[in-house]
Amino acid sequence: MIRFILGKLLYLIPTFLGITVVAFGFVRVLPGDPVLLMAGERGMTPERHAEVAAQLGFDKPIWMQYFDFLNRLLHGDLGNSLVTKKPVLTEFLSLFPATVELGLCAILIATLVGVPVGVLAAIRRGSWFDQISMTTALIGFSMPIFWWGLLLIILFSGILQWTPVSGRISLMYFFPSVTGFMLIDSLISGQKGAFLSAISHLILPSVVLATIPLAVIARQTRSAMLEVLGEDYVRTARAKGMPPSRVVGVHALRNAMIPVITTIGLQIGVLLAGAILTETIFSWPGIGKWMIDSISRRDYPVVQSGLLLIAAIVMLVNLLVDLTYGLINPRIRHK
Amino acid sequence: MALLTIRNLTVRFATTAGTFTAVDGIDLSVDKGEVLAIVGESGSGKSVSMLGVMGLLGDTATVTADEMTFDGIDLLHLTAAERRRLIGREITMIFQEPIASLNPSFTVGFQIEEVLRLNLGLGRAASHARALELFRAVGIPSPEEKLHAYPHQMSGGQCQRVMIAMAIASNPRLLIADEPTTALDVTIQKQILDLLMKLQEDYGMALILITHDMGVVAETADRVIVQYKGRKMEEADVLDLFEAPRNPYTRALLAALPENATGDRLPTVADFMAEAGQ
Repeated sequence: MIRFILGKLLYLIPTFLGITVVAFGFVRVLPGDPVLLMAGERGMTPERHAEVAAQLGFDKPIWMQYFDFLNRLLHGDLGNSLVTKKPVLTEFLSLFPATVELGLCAILIATLVGVPVGVLAAIRRGSWFDQISMTTALIGFSMPIFWWGLLLIILFSGILQWTPVSGRISLMYFFPSVTGFMLIDSLISGQKGAFLSAISHLILPSVVLATIPLAVIARQTRSAMLEVLGEDYVRTARAKGMPPSRVVGVHALRNAMIPVITTIGLQIGVLLAGAILTETIFSWPGIGKWMIDSISRRDYPVVQSGLLLIAAIVMLVNLLVDLTYGLINPRIRHK
Repeated sequence: MALLTIRNLTVRFATTAGTFTAVDGIDLSVDKGEVLAIVGESGSGKSVSMLGVMGLLGDTATVTADEMTFDGIDLLHLTAAERRRLIGREITMIFQEPIASLNPSFTVGFQIEEVLRLNLGLGRAASHARALELFRAVGIPSPEEKLHAYPHQMSGGQCQRVMIAMAIASNPRLLIADEPTTALDVTIQKQILDLLMKLQEDYGMALILITHDMGVVAETADRVIVQYKGRKMEEADVLDLFEAPRNPYTRALLAALPENATGDRLPTVADFMAEAGQ
């Protein structure tokens, strides 16, 4: 098992190196000068500009800048934000819980709704439920997130006034951040109504972020289930006189979940990408919004290191999925 | 009284090209403790008719019969729950592909203990002990260890033994074996057949053996039904069938056995059926 994990980690090294190139290159390809943006509307003299650029190392050839970046990375230094001057890692860690909270909530919604819908669509193949749910899933999958988010805001926040438009909790509540997770912090704070306020802020962005993964998971579950239901061992379970709930819920589902778990794992990447749009629409103070703000400020260190951290998380989650895969599928279990 | 009686069994499948009749008016009866062989080539409807009896065909299949009774119980008008009280307890079935017939995600121990716990109401310890006993009865080596094995860690022959152990777990009165040895090695085939025959005798259960192997028929069956294209061609005691086959199709099957070959070329079924004008 340890060998297996080490082997997988070894594979991650070249991938990670590739990502450093992309992350470093991407932000520099964008037009715009971070030094000029720092100066703001007043502008600066060419001498002052050169001085600041030299201070930040932007005067060096691009390949030297890249190796400086790599060198600092190897020493565990992700750099400081050009705007706030704070270490990138500190900023990341303070914002990351918000994104995790949103992402977990979204993947929970996507899984808890998507898997049962897919199973039901498969066992009632061709029924109106199957057709309606799969058409809805296709629409959900094709929906542009920002538009879908705005539609929901108009309906639920604007017309019905059920949920707030943005943020993580109502301004009425104030308490220190203990875990960074608003749901937990609001509970610990003991303030009346704080938890409900946190939930009402979380629900709409979670639904928006869950939409695409939900559609993918439902469709994947349905097709995996259909395949498994035709297998000989499902017939055996029926021949043993097992009730249909057990045939489907135990014998078929366990096997159908193998590809679905992979899908759910792959959705983490989609989720982080989706978080960028969702957080921007809902002013959710997570890393998605942080990235968008930093890109518009051409905050090179934040963008390149932030991308790197996000990529590292996606890779780590994929590794975890590989490991869970062995738990659920005994045929590839590692000794 | 016969244990299982079937009159005019018909199984139709709805396909995109219209209705396909897989089994066309089969009559069949099995007595207590009897071994009945159903022979026929692929597509003769022998498996489908038995899956129809078990209620294991999908939604596209329509099973009709003038009569279908098991020990006086009308199988045609059972509710799903009533059927489950019979299927897997009184009537059990084993299949052609033993490895594929076992669930790859669960240990074989889980799969047999599930039968014991859900169908017979045994507790955890009792079902474990009984599973061990059954594994010994079907000749699985180091049974305690094998209870924790997954199907992919066992050979085809061992998997079929597990299937047989599950099938006899509830002391059924009828075991349907659908080509139980076809997917196995020749040496293992003999062992599995011997095991089935021994258990059939020990447990006093009736056995319906579906096969396309005339050798298997000769060795095991009391009575034989020959099926072709969904119809019954002939039904006879096993000795009569081999000595004096009445139907041209039966003669064709026997003549097509390599060991009966006389000329340079093995005769095919078509030769005989053309002769019989069928």
